[in-house]
Amino acid sequence: MDILQLLVSGIANGCIYGLLALGFVLIYKASEAVNFAQGDMLMLGAFLGIAFINTGNTDLPFLFGLTLAALVMGVFGYLLDRFVLRGIFGQPQFAMVILTIALGFLIRFAAGAIWGHDPVSLQTPFAGKTLMLGSLIVPVVDAVIILATVALTTTLYFFFAHTRLGVAMQASSQNQMAAYYMGIPVKRVNSIVWALSGVVAAIAGVLFAAKGAVEPSVGLLFGIKAFAAAVIGGLGSLPGALAGGLLVGIVEPFAARYLPAGSSQIAPYVLMLLVLVLRPGGLFAQISQKKV
Amino acid sequence: MRIRFKSSYDDDINLFEDRWHLFQFGLLLAAAVIAPWLLGSYYLGELTSVLIWALAGLGLMLITGHTGQVSLGHAAFMAIGAFTNLALMLRGWNFFPALIASALVSGVIGAIIARPILRMSGIYLAIATLALSIIIEDVAIMAAPITGGVSGLFAPTIELAGLQADRYGNPAAFYYLCLAVLVLVTLAYANLLRSPTGRSFLAVRDSEVSARALGVNVARTKTLAFALSCAITGLAGAMYAHLVQAVNYESFLVLISITLLLQVVIGGLGSIHGAFFGAIVVVMLPQVIAITRDMLNNSFGIGIASYPGMDTAVFALIILLMVIYEPRGIYGIWIKVRTWLQLFPLYRKGMFRRSRTYLKTERMR
Repeated sequence: MDILQLLVSGIANGCIYGLLALGFVLIYKASEAVNFAQGDMLMLGAFLGIAFINTGNTDLPFLFGLTLAALVMGVFGYLLDRFVLRGIFGQPQFAMVILTIALGFLIRFAAGAIWGHDPVSLQTPFAGKTLMLGSLIVPVVDAVIILATVALTTTLYFFFAHTRLGVAMQASSQNQMAAYYMGIPVKRVNSIVWALSGVVAAIAGVLFAAKGAVEPSVGLLFGIKAFAAAVIGGLGSLPGALAGGLLVGIVEPFAARYLPAGSSQIAPYVLMLLVLVLRPGGLFAQISQKKV
Repeated sequence: MRIRFKSSYDDDINLFEDRWHLFQFGLLLAAAVIAPWLLGSYYLGELTSVLIWALAGLGLMLITGHTGQVSLGHAAFMAIGAFTNLALMLRGWNFFPALIASALVSGVIGAIIARPILRMSGIYLAIATLALSIIIEDVAIMAAPITGGVSGLFAPTIELAGLQADRYGNPAAFYYLCLAVLVLVTLAYANLLRSPTGRSFLAVRDSEVSARALGVNVARTKTLAFALSCAITGLAGAMYAHLVQAVNYESFLVLISITLLLQVVIGGLGSIHGAFFGAIVVVMLPQVIAITRDMLNNSFGIGIASYPGMDTAVFALIILLMVIYEPRGIYGIWIKVRTWLQLFPLYRKGMFRRSRTYLKTERMR
């Protein structure tokens, strides 16, 4: 029973990691870049959600506030790409890594200046409520998180596999110049991807804030952990991101419970290093050898 | 504009282009030597700090700037160097054997880690080294017999031939010690770069496929570069430990790794100058911000509330502008200014225009 209970909380945590990893994968899939500011975008989304929903702030209903936060973050992502990241369009990946690290610092500073550095949490209609499944206690928050994650991953998966825009995104990541020749407006597609990842970050952020407290510096370490999840799953694979997130989420509570102190913090990274050494492309590898 | 007349093949690879070049560096060294007489003890401490960060930057520059492998985990090797040095000195070793040991230990650990890690490329490598940097924090707590656990270690006084080189007791001696180590490492570095080994580093950076076609053993070259880079960073870690006098698991957080990478980028990747320029920016920026803030407050009455994290934000903003407008960092600006002066009045606007590039996937290799 104990194990099952740990499993449930692990899965719920893992879903948030998975959602954040989804944001990484989205951008990687569509522009072959890694967004090191994704964790900070999650933090920004969480603060927006709190600003819109909490009583004493704007006091909107939960779903409405969530939508509004997602919209604002979507616009934010679009503008970010349009006015900042387009400056290094076509540059090697490394430039993007540095740029997004710097952006992360700036976002963190801005959030700290606006909302202060005290941890705050989101007031939700389902706070404190639980479901009983047999003798298993499932907090409603966890159930909501799991459902939302599964729904979002499936939608995005079909979006990339079957819509024109999704395929265009994949094409522009694989070869920008060839995509241009095929008539894909690569730059605008990139901006749309950033908007999409902003939306995903906002949803992940709001769910994160519903479960625990947020403060401006939460993004960095949380982002790196979700990043580990994305890598375990294989950067570039949406189901992989979710699987990696779940794996990291499940490993953590078990390591905390059964292994010596301190090992739960490093367990995700050790797992990631193992995966990288044994299967360099991740569990759902996207790397294929080019035939010359 | 001076025209260089080359009369032997050595002219292409000499450390110094000509006497004038040598004279310039001599002047710089002389300025560094007389600095303790000119600066107060506070600014001397800052200058020592610049030297140590330049040393660490050199370490990272070797692997990232010259071999093209991005590492986001070099604080881990600073930690290894620092803890090795202090642990050995506390067990009665002299400073120099302990310093060499810390370079060796970091280098060997780097080489062991390099083999599996360097099989990855690009972004995966950055992530793996980042993970390394996070793991080292907890390892530093767990390896309590060596690292002193949560409380960490305190640096003993350095004794050299009866002279005490202490950060606070005798800052000038400590400054000279750092300067000597840095000058030696820089000379070795410059020498390495003009040797076949150094050339093979550059070849691997520019194109692994072509390097392999020219007979460079890519795996061996990368491992060697990583080990050397870790050894230099380990040295810097040891010196840093003596600068801050006490180290524990919190002294080498991930943030230090990231700052170190940003430092070499802001200085200019792929140049020895870059490590130095970057170190100057990283160490001096907080001072400059504080002074500017005071000036604005006093003379204009503009009250900028002292937001926490202001330094990092300004630093990040500089990085942001640098990556977009001047990817070769401060060294790039320096080159432009120098060329402008040398060619005056013939400098043209498009001389350093970047060619248009398009990104291709790394998922197909």
